[in-house]
Amino acid sequence: MNNVFALTELEEGRRATVGRLLSDGAIRRRLQDIGLIEGTRIECIMKSPGGDPIAYLIRGAVIALRNEDSDNILVSV
Amino acid sequence: MGTSTSISDISSSDMGFSVTKVNPDDKVIALAGNPNVGKSSVFNQLTGLKQHTGNWPGKTVTNAQGICSYNGQNYIMVDLPGTYSLMAHSQEEETARDFLCFGNPDAAVIVCDATCIERNLNLVLQTLEITSKAVVCVNLMDEAKKHGVNVDLEKLSSRLGVPVVGTVARKGEGLEKLMDSIHDVLTEDRQPFIIRYIKPVEAALEIITPVLSDKFAGRNISLRWAALRLLEGEETLVKSMSQYLGTDINSDADIQTVISEAWRLLAENGIEKERLCDIIVSCIVLTAEDICVGSVSCSDSEYRVLDRRADKLLTSRLTGIPVMVLLLCIVFWITLSGANIPSEMLSTAFTSLEKILLNACIRAGFPEIIYKPVIFGIYHVLTWVIAVMLPPMAIFFPLFTILEDLGYLPRVAFNLDKCFKKCSACGKQALTMCLGFGCNAAGIVGCRIIDSPRERLIAILTNCFVPCNGKFPSLISIITMFFVISGAGILRSLSSAFILTAVVLLGVFMTFAASKILSQTVLKGHPSSFTLELPPYRRPDFGNILVRSVLDRTLFILGRAVSVAAPAGLVIWLFANVYIGDLTLLQHCSGFLDPFARVIGLDGTILFAFILGSPANEIVVPLIIMSYMSGGTITEASGLWQLKQLLVQNGWTWVTAVNMMLFSLMHWPCTTTLLTIKKETGSIKWTFLSLVIPTLFGIMSCFLFTSIVRLFQAVLP
Repeated sequence: MNNVFALTELEEGRRATVGRLLSDGAIRRRLQDIGLIEGTRIECIMKSPGGDPIAYLIRGAVIALRNEDSDNILVSV
Repeated sequence: MGTSTSISDISSSDMGFSVTKVNPDDKVIALAGNPNVGKSSVFNQLTGLKQHTGNWPGKTVTNAQGICSYNGQNYIMVDLPGTYSLMAHSQEEETARDFLCFGNPDAAVIVCDATCIERNLNLVLQTLEITSKAVVCVNLMDEAKKHGVNVDLEKLSSRLGVPVVGTVARKGEGLEKLMDSIHDVLTEDRQPFIIRYIKPVEAALEIITPVLSDKFAGRNISLRWAALRLLEGEETLVKSMSQYLGTDINSDADIQTVISEAWRLLAENGIEKERLCDIIVSCIVLTAEDICVGSVSCSDSEYRVLDRRADKLLTSRLTGIPVMVLLLCIVFWITLSGANIPSEMLSTAFTSLEKILLNACIRAGFPEIIYKPVIFGIYHVLTWVIAVMLPPMAIFFPLFTILEDLGYLPRVAFNLDKCFKKCSACGKQALTMCLGFGCNAAGIVGCRIIDSPRERLIAILTNCFVPCNGKFPSLISIITMFFVISGAGILRSLSSAFILTAVVLLGVFMTFAASKILSQTVLKGHPSSFTLELPPYRRPDFGNILVRSVLDRTLFILGRAVSVAAPAGLVIWLFANVYIGDLTLLQHCSGFLDPFARVIGLDGTILFAFILGSPANEIVVPLIIMSYMSGGTITEASGLWQLKQLLVQNGWTWVTAVNMMLFSLMHWPCTTTLLTIKKETGSIKWTFLSLVIPTLFGIMSCFLFTSIVRLFQAVLP
């Protein structure tokens, strides 16, 4: 359980659990609003043609995040 | 549906809440909800209004109001912008929150997406903190069923303490029950759900609320909610609250004392400001999770698998972009090949009608000065616009609406976001560009879905690079006249579609170029963060699409074009027939513009037609034709082939045609769009810039292209 890495590293089709959010300000609030808090299960659904943004399944909704933002979301498998 | 609905008053206010009551006992109902949950459908069904709906987040950009009469009671429905939260991180969230808190609605309806209730509950819980007079409307029940999501409405209702109604708004299902529930909450007192925070926060609230209950006695505000927000101390909200309550909270010693006291307590527990915000949000999210346990169940269905498969095709590295271009091309191809025949039929009919009208006028003995401007001016331009615009629009809009309803547009934004990021812009700009295909003015209003003001301005200033529906007819007719190989029907329409797609892609490329230049000069900045929801694909409702796209969009835009075309036809006729000295007014004007126009490979007449066509792009080509015809060589040009002869006689070559297309694609926005930009940006400077940028791009492109061709022609004999 101590294998912690950035959400961006999560491979397509794999699931992880959200640990800490490193981002701050508006994007931190926005991420929390869509349900990304400590302990949330998240699945990497698909990457866009350019590999950025990447879409994740978060609490039943598919939401695309830019890699700068998912770099700041720590997850563990 | 049994509700009797009527429209009596529509007024939309951008930020202020000027709710228009017909009777003093009308009830004001706020309609809140996450983006893309079918809120507009609920609103439309209840009020009979046609708010534009589609499967992508953020269509409701102004709050619309409409009246719904049910069982003898008038309800004024106020459609708030879609938001994920009421913490006000964007203009829309602020509008929604301020209306719920300070707009004094009698009740709130929170529309949720049944396919992801848990996420939607975040907004529900935040709303319930503000008001107990609320109904939860769980919409898209049919989609949920398909996607294997089972929602226990009764359990949800008993847990939330407010009525929960399941609906399928686009089919009108469940709306009567919704209205009954609204009636119920207005008449009964309920004890809604209270979100419990962790102990130190609850203790802090207990310090503040007693003082607030003294201060705000008799005011319609939730004390727990107010206390939480004062703890967070967000400036804009404290200001709105002060205004609403009529006391300056920041200078109220009693309130400030308890806030400091509460903060001391929180600090003792190791909670600072950022941590408090985290705790509040986390508590709400976890509460939502708790509520869903046992009331919402989800099984993997084949629809989810299908969705993922469709996504693989539409957004993957290999196929994403090619499929997008292909779809664009197919849409154009269907539009072009389908519109050809009706266009020709209309044009033939209008020509024979013209002869009849002309003869009738002559026989009736009308003076020339009356019937000539009417027939050769107004009638000519008007009928051209109808014949050329109506058929393609009637095909294009439904097709486009199907893609929109399916949920394809957010995927376009997903595919293109990386390019926008490289230009330091927002991926949602792709959505506003798509809107621009219909009408740039609509695209510009749609730019409000972009949170960052800098990125919103970029989107506004570059929206005109996507050709709107008014530009398509010009582009199509020029493509058909000059670039399409004569021959079999399918080949012809296919090659037209290819060229049109290329022109549109050039416009997209120019959008990126202009965005990049802007973000490195006047609008410097880094791309901001963003979240983009990719909703499940939905099966479009075809009947609804036809009605909506034909009535709402096609006829609306055609009406606007026609109302501009008639006076413009008259003006151009006058210009062509009023003499000053030896030359007509038109010849003076185009002669004046001619030297410059020649440099960029056009001529004075074309440029003058673009200037006269400023109110609506669709009249540019008919104006050019009329100007040439008044020159006297051909007086009647009905078919496209004859038109081409006319243009060639006036010096057109394929180079002129390319320049004409380039300039059509890139020149100043039409006046409606400019007015919209002025309204949206509130600034003359940005409006002016929005006029200058595409014009400069157009002039430069034409000049470059012409120069290169001339160079080649000089080198190669």
